[in-house]
Amino acid sequence: MTAAPQRQERASTEPVEPIDPIDRRLIAATQSGLPLVPRPYRALADGLGLSEREVAARLGALLEAGIIRRIGAVPNHYALGYSANGMSVWDIDDEAVSALGRRIGALDFVTHCYRRPRRPPVWPYNLFAMVHARSRDEVADHVARIAALAGTAARAHDVLYSTRILKKTGLRLTG
Amino acid sequence: MSRTGASLSEDRRPEGESGDEPATDLAFDEADRRLLNDFQRDFPLVPRPYAEIGREIGVGEQSVLGRFSRLKGLRALSRIGAIVAPQRTGWSTLAAMAVPFPRLQAVADLVSSNDAVNHNYEREHRFNLWFVVTGPDQAAVQQTLAEIETETGLTVLDLPLLESYRLDLGFPLQWT
Repeated sequence: MTAAPQRQERASTEPVEPIDPIDRRLIAATQSGLPLVPRPYRALADGLGLSEREVAARLGALLEAGIIRRIGAVPNHYALGYSANGMSVWDIDDEAVSALGRRIGALDFVTHCYRRPRRPPVWPYNLFAMVHARSRDEVADHVARIAALAGTAARAHDVLYSTRILKKTGLRLTG
Repeated sequence: MSRTGASLSEDRRPEGESGDEPATDLAFDEADRRLLNDFQRDFPLVPRPYAEIGREIGVGEQSVLGRFSRLKGLRALSRIGAIVAPQRTGWSTLAAMAVPFPRLQAVADLVSSNDAVNHNYEREHRFNLWFVVTGPDQAAVQQTLAEIETETGLTVLDLPLLESYRLDLGFPLQWT
């Protein structure tokens, strides 16, 4: 099996393989959500001129390839009370960032954990860890746990709380 | 209507205000909770997935469909979705701007109105506007950033993903 669960996602310097045009249309058709009907894959298939079996097989292959990460319920964390959203950002030694990133990414309260470029002098942070919780106090507790894990490898950090979601949509495929 | 049209008016959720009424836990029974929490991944790829889910939690197919519809109506469920890995179907970046406060709403509106932008958050920081720009390739994304810089006269930080340390496999919900 090539698609091991712990596979790293590709770095930005690697080329992106083109996606099969039918797969691209299928992904686009799923972005507003799987239909809430007894046979959702048949409903998707009818709209795309495919068979129900082919839709399920293609979705399975896209999951296997890691192009689709998961299919399932997408809860609205805000409506469920997870109203505090803190984007913690860290300036971590380049030598330590990958190993530490994997440890931080494994914490159950971290929903996304990415290395991104610094933009000195205005932006010194190279590691982003998103924390969702029910309150800012709870976010702060989580961030303290990350700080303890990072120790002296972290030169500085900050937490950016969201105050408003101005726009949030599913992925829109273009081109 | 297009999702673009739903941007500002529906998705504005001031923290601690009534813009998005938190659904109380009382509104959900055990089956609802399991539908929201236990099926964030590995959605069955079988002809009748909702019947399969119903067998796992001990309710019928129609009950599963009715519950998902109701949870959607309550906005507890966004959708049954297929989450696509970043930079596998094109290019995307996280962008940030430090917008002078008097201009924040106007600049936020301009950014949200761009079809290439699919998330846009206001955050408490000198860099107070954070958004995700997507496109078919890196050049197209950088073109969008350049357009936003030209239209606003402000600098945009381009912070593309270099390495991911967590696969998005859903988020365990706690019902306290």
